[in-house]
Formats: sequence, structure tokens, C-alpha cells
Amino acid sequence: MLQTQKNDRIARLIMHAVLGFACFLCLYPMLLTIGISLTNEREIVLNGYHVIPRDFSFEAYRVIFDKPAALTSAYWVTLRVTFFGTLLGTWFMSMAAFALGRRDFGWRKPITFIFLFTMLFDAGIVPTYMLITQYLRLQNTLLVLFLPIMITAWHTILLITYMRQLPFELIESAKVEGAGEFYIYTRIAVPLAKPALATIALLLALRLWNEWFSALLYINERSLIPLQFWMQRVMREIQFLLDFEDQMGGGIDLSQLPTETARMAMAVLAAGPMMFIFPFFQRYFARGLQVGSVKG
Amino acid sequence: MATAVTEIQTTLQRSSLRKRRFQRNMALLVLTLPALLVLIVFKYLPMGGLVMAFKNYRPLLGIFGSPWNGFDNFVFFFRSALIWQVTRNTLLYNLSFIVLTPIVAVTFAIMMYEIATPFFIKLYQTVLFLPFFMSWVVVSIMLFALLNSQNGIFNQLLMNLFGLQPVRWYTEPGVWPPIIIFAYLWKTAGYSTVIYFAGLMGIDPTLFEVASIDGASRMQRIFRITLPLLSPLIVIMAILAIGRIFFADFGLFYQLPLQSGPLLPTTDVINYFTYRALIEIRDYGMAAAVGLYQSLMGLILVIVTNFLAKRVSNGEQGLF
Repeated sequence: MLQTQKNDRIARLIMHAVLGFACFLCLYPMLLTIGISLTNEREIVLNGYHVIPRDFSFEAYRVIFDKPAALTSAYWVTLRVTFFGTLLGTWFMSMAAFALGRRDFGWRKPITFIFLFTMLFDAGIVPTYMLITQYLRLQNTLLVLFLPIMITAWHTILLITYMRQLPFELIESAKVEGAGEFYIYTRIAVPLAKPALATIALLLALRLWNEWFSALLYINERSLIPLQFWMQRVMREIQFLLDFEDQMGGGIDLSQLPTETARMAMAVLAAGPMMFIFPFFQRYFARGLQVGSVKG
Repeated sequence: MATAVTEIQTTLQRSSLRKRRFQRNMALLVLTLPALLVLIVFKYLPMGGLVMAFKNYRPLLGIFGSPWNGFDNFVFFFRSALIWQVTRNTLLYNLSFIVLTPIVAVTFAIMMYEIATPFFIKLYQTVLFLPFFMSWVVVSIMLFALLNSQNGIFNQLLMNLFGLQPVRWYTEPGVWPPIIIFAYLWKTAGYSTVIYFAGLMGIDPTLFEVASIDGASRMQRIFRITLPLLSPLIVIMAILAIGRIFFADFGLFYQLPLQSGPLLPTTDVINYFTYRALIEIRDYGMAAAVGLYQSLMGLILVIVTNFLAKRVSNGEQGLF
């Protein structure tokens, strides 16, 4: 008995060590990035990167916020895209999932298959690109940044799994009292499915917040450039200037500009806001992310 | 007489029942329409555009007006030396993701389940999930902090700790496969861990109690109960991933190597190839042909794996 207790303690210790080390690996690059962004540029040239700044400085952030027009415009685009995309996407998908999770919906199998098939076969970017640019003419619109990606079969399936577990008697009795399907969806299903809705809303918000590929393909209007894409372009410009300086032997004096720290500060600004929302959603995850049978 | 009346009554009842059922189906169908419409426009309509793969696309003539050219686009693309390199890279990377993700994520999920202390579960789950919040653009900047040749942490470690020569990471293709694989796991393993953990939460805990009363050890419990119960979920996730095996995560391969040319032998993938054909060379026909090749191969693989999964498990497992 004592032996098994001792073994048990060792096993727990090993598991904590493994998970703890994995957590360290997850956190280290993030902490390093934050650390560098808060360090004086000169200190980095002299002593390299450190997680804890030796010479603390807000210089990088000051430089970025010095001319904030492009940054605020990018934030504003991303905020709107994330807001509308998350709202509409979660609404449409949960409504569909409510219907497809119902055992008394006679057509649920073929319709579920229409969703599922999009995960198995994808026309690829070329036909989609042609459709959006030649036929729908959605290039350089806000819509193109969220409409094509806000509905996914995967998220719908996660929602169906949850909706299927809702008490069917409740829906039945509401129908007996004459409630319509939309009424039942809003008044009964939505409140009960809160964990799943919160989880999907977060995943969707995350995807929209981090989206840059649609912008790479469809956006060249300055006022419609989203945050991640703007950041990627600035990075390229910095790199271009640095290479240029290397080749030309210092035609432009870049040593005054905090390029190293500014890069990291930008990463912090781009990723930061999402990190603050996360804790509010986290408690729903274990229930909201259950994958049930997809077969319907 | 009496039987005729009841017959009429039952037919009436039946038709009203059928009518009610039809009305209910219609009402529920309406609820699925908004989502369905978006999918039809953005996922199904482009499938029609795949005919471009067999056409010599001329912008002025449009997709359907352009002349057919049979399999010319495919011939051109299969003859290019790059195709084997990008296909090999895409398949090998995705294969290693398909194998490694469940190994890492299921291990983490089971460990969290075994630890069972709410505080630690929450802590580990949160921290492991955090990298999933970063876009590939942000990850590429973080990676730059580790790899750049002047101050990068890796070179600092190599020089100061091991006394080795610094490596020029962004021009050295040989070092990238492990970097790509690690970066992918770093970003996505937490998400998969939470999915498997959610799967474990759905298991009836009395099963474990019975097992421990019967004197099963922790390892026996994990291998005899936990893993078999998780296997349907693992199979579903694997089949879905196999369907995407010809599609690379574009951001991973486009952003992390900072589009560095010398790295292409180990970081170029089919999607990047298509992207260049579409945006840089503007060879729409060939780009569409590559897309069709990716999708068809994926679909065939899904059907085959699903069939095999069903066969092996006597019809209990599989996606559809």
C-alpha cells in the first residue's frame, strides 16, 4: 500500500514536471518578446536580448504611437471585422446547429452532409479568388475580410454536438404551447447553449482577429488594411531598409530608430487584446469543445 | 360502411401528420439557410470554377468563355521540377503533424485528467492554449527573436553555452524541418489538448471507479479504458487532418521563414506554389489545376481512411 502511494506521488511529480516544462516552452517566447519590447534599443545592441529588461524603456511604443494614423486605422478595421464576423458567424452557425441537432428534423442528414463536405473537398484559392474578384467584386471591401470565412463546418459540428444534448422535452413542451422554431431557438436553445456559443465565438473572434491572408489577396486600399496584414507589411519594410543599409554601407542612419524593439512592440500590440478576452471564455472550454459523432 | 369511414379518417390523419411534419421541416430548414447560403456561395460556387483547370484562361473571355486545353495545365505542372519538392514537403510536414499532434495532445490531456486538481488543470489548460492566440505573423516575429543572427537567443546559447559557431538560420534550409514542426506543435497542441480533455470529461467516471476497485493500476486504466474510449475522437480528428494532407497551413510556411529564398528547398509547400502561380505569375489555369490535384487527392484519402477505420473497428469508428 505504501509502495503504491509512493509510486503515485512519483507519477504525479513526473506529470507536473512534463506539463510544467511544456508551459515554460509556451510562455518563454512570449515573455521574451514583451521583455525586448520594453528594453532600450542601445542596451540590446550592447548586450542582446533578455526576458527581464536591464534598461527599461517605452521608447519602442513611443515611436509606434508617434504617428498613430496607420495603426489606429488597422485596429479599427480589425475591430469591425472581428465584431461583425463573430456576431453573424456565431448567430448563423448556432441557428443551423439548433436545427441540425434536432432528431425530429427529417432533412438533417443531407443538410449536415452539405456542411461536412466542405471539410472534405475544397476548390482551392484560385476559383475562390476569381469568384470574389471577378463576379462578386468584393475586393477592397470590409465584407471580404469576414463573410467568406465566418461559417465553418468544423465550428458548426461542435455546436451541433452541444445542441443535441439539450433536453428535448423542453423543446417539445414549448411547441405544444404554440412557440415557433425561431422563438424556441432564441429563448430556450441560446441560453442553454451558452458554453458552446461562448467557445465558438472566441474561436471565431480569434480567427478573424488574426486573419491576414484575405487581406493579402483582396485588399490594397490603405484604409481597409487589417492589423495583422499591416504589421506584416511594416516588418517587411523594416527588413528592406536594414538590407538596404547593409548593402549601401549606411546611406541612411537607422541606428537612431528602435527597429529591433519596435518589431517586438508591434507583436505585443497585435496579440495583446485577444489575451485579455481569453480568461472570460476559458471556463466554458471543456464543455464547449466536445466533438460528438458527426454522422447526424 | 364503418370501415370506410375509419379508412378515410386515418388517411386524413396521416395527411395532416405529413403536412405538419413538412411544416416543421420547412421551419427548421429556414434556420439553417443563412449559414447554408454563405457556404454555398463561398465553398460550392468556386467548385464550378474548377473547370479553369482544363482551360487556357483569358481574362477577357472569362472562365466559361476561355478555350479548353484538355490536360495541358496538368502536364505543365507535373513536368515542373518544383512540383515533386513542394508535394514532398507538404506531405512530410503534414504527416508528421498528423502523427505528433495526437501523441502530444492526448498525453497532455490524460496527464491533466490524472492530476485532477482543478487549479492545475485550469493553469495548464490556459497556458498551453495561449500560443493558439498568436497569428503566424506574431509567431514569426517571436521566432525572429530566437533565430536572428545578431542577437537571437539560439545563437547566444550556441556561442556562450556550447562554444559553437553561430548559425545563419534564415539562409540554412537544413535546420528548418524541426523548426517548422516544433513551431506548429507549439501553436496548435494546446487547442488539440483541450479538445481531447473535453472528450475525457465526457467519459462516465464510474468506469474508472469500477476499474480501481478491481485493482487496476494507473497504467492499466489509461491503456485499457481511457485510450480506447478516446480512440473514436482520435480517429475523427485524424481523418479530418488526412483530408487536408495536401493543403499546407499557408501562414506557417509563408510567415515563419520570412519568405527567404534560400530556405525554399525545405519550406516550400503546394499552397505557396499555388499562391505564387496565382499572384506573381498570374497563370490561373495551372494554379487551378494544382488546386484540383490537392482537393481530389485529399478527398480520395479521406474516403480510403474512413473505409479502413470502419473496416478495422467493425463499423464503429469513422467520420461518415
